[in-house]
Amino acid sequence: MRKLLIANRGEIAVRIIRAARELGISTVAVYSESDEGALHVRLADESVLIGPPAAARSYLDMDKIITAALDLGVDAIHPGYGFLSERAEFADKVVEAKLTFVGPTADSIRLMGDKARARSAAEAAGVPTVPGSDGPVDDLAGALAAAETAGFPALVKAAAGGGGRGIRIVQNAEELKEAIPVAQAEAQAAFGNGQVYVERFVPQARHIEVQVFGDGKRFIHLGERECSMQRRRQKVIEEAGAPGLPAKIREEMTAAAVALAAATEYRGAGTVEFLYDSAREEFYFIEMNTRIQVEHPVTEMVTGTDLVREQLLVASGESLSWTQEDIDFRGHAIEVRLNAENPVFGFMPSPGTLKSMTMPGGPFVRIDSGFGPGKEVSPFYDSLFAKIIVWGETRDIAIARMDRALSEVEVEGVVTTADFLRKVVGLAEFRKGEYHTTFLEDWMAAEPMAVSGSSS
Amino acid sequence: MSEQNVQSPLPGVFYYRPAPDKPPFVEVGSVVTADQAVGLVEVMKQFAEVKAGFDGTITAILVEDNGIVGPGDTLMTIETGA
Repeated sequence: MRKLLIANRGEIAVRIIRAARELGISTVAVYSESDEGALHVRLADESVLIGPPAAARSYLDMDKIITAALDLGVDAIHPGYGFLSERAEFADKVVEAKLTFVGPTADSIRLMGDKARARSAAEAAGVPTVPGSDGPVDDLAGALAAAETAGFPALVKAAAGGGGRGIRIVQNAEELKEAIPVAQAEAQAAFGNGQVYVERFVPQARHIEVQVFGDGKRFIHLGERECSMQRRRQKVIEEAGAPGLPAKIREEMTAAAVALAAATEYRGAGTVEFLYDSAREEFYFIEMNTRIQVEHPVTEMVTGTDLVREQLLVASGESLSWTQEDIDFRGHAIEVRLNAENPVFGFMPSPGTLKSMTMPGGPFVRIDSGFGPGKEVSPFYDSLFAKIIVWGETRDIAIARMDRALSEVEVEGVVTTADFLRKVVGLAEFRKGEYHTTFLEDWMAAEPMAVSGSSS
Repeated sequence: MSEQNVQSPLPGVFYYRPAPDKPPFVEVGSVVTADQAVGLVEVMKQFAEVKAGFDGTITAILVEDNGIVGPGDTLMTIETGA
């Protein structure tokens, strides 16, 4: 691999460019009309305008991106996360153009992109899945049978859904009977696929995921991440590792993730997401993400690895650099997603021009951002402004460091969630590691003044 | 009779329809009430409804569907009652 096109923008494009440069690989940025002055464009060796601001006409335009790649003589394309990263059709097109797709095979993406098929693959690999329908249900009888296994409360989910869309909770058989036809119609309208499945709903569930890596022949894990601090099903804080997770569960969960990677002959970086029921001490497979994730840096911090570098090496055809024994875990890492949003006004997005941007520094503090002073935070893309990642020898040290880091954030021109994040990091429940996926929204609903008031 | 402007509250992309396969919120000639949604603005992947703000009749739609708008841009005009 000599020349890499990054089919993305923002902090992940910057992250990939940095890894490529350290490997001596030259880089091509693509950008939309509203990103002409963006950091990823400035840092890349070459750049090419691919269209208007709307993502559908630029960062999601497969043909434009592949044409740009061929015109500039690149030999590989890294899709980052979001945008085209989990579109099997794109991976196919990249390969058809005789270019290297930095990621798994299109078949892996296709398999894991279909929740029902992914669930079957997990079961075949001996990975526990949420009790419920074995595959999609087509009618009410199937749904009721599935609910017998699942118990109530139960979830009705669109087979083709994602990111929390197309999910509803039902408390009893009556509600299920009402929900099924509606859910099927909605799934058909939203995803072009009316299949749904029914599964156990775990109150106070934790979201814990395992980073895996494969080269198609060997498969390892790089530990778990705790991602239960969520708002509107978007992760707000991520940690490596998961506080209070029993060692035995951790061992089983990581082994299950590796088993799934092995069973699918996985290549590249992947994340196996689990729902963890701490009351029952049971974990269930949710899905596998076939891309690098936003929160990958916390794993890098506790393992001393560079996951994007490894993606590039494996995509170049090299064997995995590590055996399982090579991966040591040291200390604790925390990431917060600093968004350009205004918590005082219901987290309204806050685009604008950055008059100033001072990010924290000091020992064991890492900032991954696609922005800098004078740059434009565009209204056309998501609101992730910067990721602040800290490492500490212990979780308590990491928490104190994150609090200190957030206190140093100074941004003029857009409103950020820094004060809000600092309050969340300061919560007793967070400090004790006693939180679950609905904790944050419950707290926000109970303490509206704490959310909207300014700190200090 | 007077003409009022409906302005975009936010920068972003303006949509005529609640979803691509749904009919438009309003057309020229539609009679609207002040609290009725007349369009959507997408900003940073979040969608905000634009309310008419006035009771009256839509006389013009000044921005194209999927068009880029800035805060305060006039999206449409409404003729209010006598």
